[in-house]
Amino acid sequence: MTRQGKTWLVIGAVFVTLLVVRGMIGQGLGRVYVKRTDVTVNMPDAVDMNTAAASSSTTTVAPTTSSNGKPLSWQEWKQVAPLAFAAAQKANPAQTEITLSWPRTIGLWLAAFFTLAIFSFLYADNSFYKIAESLVVGVSAAYWGVIGFWDTLVPKMFGALTPGLVKSMVQPSLVSPEPLQQISMALALILSVMMLWRLLPRGGWISAWPLAFIVGVTAGLKIVSHVESDLMAQTAVTMKPLVVRVTDASGATNMWDSWWASVANVLLVVGVICCLTYFFFSVQHKGVVGGAARVGIWYLMITFGAAFGFTVMGRIALLAARIEFLFDDWLWLIDPNHLRGL
Amino acid sequence: MSAANFNNTNASALPWFERLDRIDRRWIFLLMFLAVSGPILWIGVTGKTLPEAPTLAARAVFQEIDQLPARSLVLISIDFDPTSAGELQPMATSLVRQCAAKNLRMVFIALWPLGSQVAQQTIQEVIRDDYPALKEGDDFVNMGFQAGNEAVMKLLLTDFAKAFPKDSRGEAASNIPILNSVKSVTDFPLLISVSAGYPGSKEWVQYVISAHNEKMNFVSGCTGVNAPQLYPYFPQQIAGLLGAIKGAAEYESMVNSSLAVEGVVTPPKYSQAQRRMGPQLVAHLFMVGLIIVGNINFFARKRRGAA
Repeated sequence: MTRQGKTWLVIGAVFVTLLVVRGMIGQGLGRVYVKRTDVTVNMPDAVDMNTAAASSSTTTVAPTTSSNGKPLSWQEWKQVAPLAFAAAQKANPAQTEITLSWPRTIGLWLAAFFTLAIFSFLYADNSFYKIAESLVVGVSAAYWGVIGFWDTLVPKMFGALTPGLVKSMVQPSLVSPEPLQQISMALALILSVMMLWRLLPRGGWISAWPLAFIVGVTAGLKIVSHVESDLMAQTAVTMKPLVVRVTDASGATNMWDSWWASVANVLLVVGVICCLTYFFFSVQHKGVVGGAARVGIWYLMITFGAAFGFTVMGRIALLAARIEFLFDDWLWLIDPNHLRGL
Repeated sequence: MSAANFNNTNASALPWFERLDRIDRRWIFLLMFLAVSGPILWIGVTGKTLPEAPTLAARAVFQEIDQLPARSLVLISIDFDPTSAGELQPMATSLVRQCAAKNLRMVFIALWPLGSQVAQQTIQEVIRDDYPALKEGDDFVNMGFQAGNEAVMKLLLTDFAKAFPKDSRGEAASNIPILNSVKSVTDFPLLISVSAGYPGSKEWVQYVISAHNEKMNFVSGCTGVNAPQLYPYFPQQIAGLLGAIKGAAEYESMVNSSLAVEGVVTPPKYSQAQRRMGPQLVAHLFMVGLIIVGNINFFARKRRGAA
């Protein structure tokens, strides 16, 4: 066995031992409890649902009088705190209203396993990490495929071109399209087919036309908005007075606030000019221009440092959230939400 | 010295900065894990959090919501998914809580596919659990997700119902009372975006707010990665900004203080961000320490090289 293999064996053994010990002391760990609720609804048929949607603002799940009057019953399982289970057991040990949910418990353990599998990459690349990584990629791809089909193609494309079929087959609540929408979607369909033409052995140039359309529309949308929001608006807010007089409620000048407001404005204006100078390459960076460019570099470095600090903060927040999940939901070491009465 | 000779050199015979260079990075990972998990355990057991001093940008978010008259319409765009929930969910929870406590009417939309589910979960945790008197359709509604990014934003400027024809329950927009007076997005006096990237707050500024900021105000909560891109827009184009978990903790503390009732403990779910500031503090100190040690090492190496 290699040295790395032995290390993994030791880490695994220590980890399993700690888990077993943790499971045997206190309240245990990693269980999910659910409460059963019986729901009975008189479900209207598709025609009644459309009528109800047009005449009422209440949810369609609410009990209504249906044309056939056949009630539907099912059970809903809502997750509850382990504390609720303990209280219910204490009141009646034979109760079945609040029970341990095996599917959700297994889901919790799988979530913990995959979290640790991803973290294990920090030690070394390994099979557990590869499994977790592949699963994330696979699930994400499938999810985006399903979203693209059901949220874009079905309601927007098929819903516009074949509204009757979509309404009767999959989306009874589909809002009927306007003629203009149908024409635009027909054009979109033609462009889509043209885009896919590149998969055929001949006529690949046809796909250049929809690409040109996408580039043109995107450029048109972005140029206007960027000029308006970034160039014009940001230039306007840089035009600041270098000496600011801050007054209090009585009209007297607050020297301290005035000083800091003036310093802030001077720093802003100097920073903008110096950073622009740094990126101005038509003049050699010597003398005054060189000095301004050097100050611009300092401003840029401070900006990159602040951005790095924010990134670190964000990543630590995400790490803290995962560790909280492991300590709270899985290992039951902490109880910040008072779910277990630790 | 060749690479082979260098590797075979006895480590204890090397100068201290050479030895520092050879530290296995996994020790750094382990120390970072301890730096984050230690405060989590401590705060989890004691329940104590660090005090927060709200900055101008966070105070502005609170004031923008606070100054709205009761029953005002607020558009809340949930532009993130569970990947960023560690940073953004505390903001979303507190924003919805302040709006609900102020009796504002909330319309939720999502430009990210999973944003609709995140909005639904937030509605459940805050509105249904703690403000059960608020009625869906009259006081709040989740209009779900719409694909199209900037195109949806542009469409919202002309026809809200066309961009979001039905809510997440399948109810047509024309049948939802809360939307009776809404023709376009500019009918909302306040737009709130909690965003993790594209499309998100930056696009809201570029496509909606810059051209219409005299009609509506805009406040944003964003991830740490996005915050440097959004700060230049504050306060002219973005009236208030919550940057990363620090912004969330500041805002959370303000909302908790304003809604505190004597003798009633604030539910722990409204202190998520404040709890996560403990690990932030220790982990940042650790990072600063590493940067200082790295710099000392750099200068020591330079000096030795120069000598």
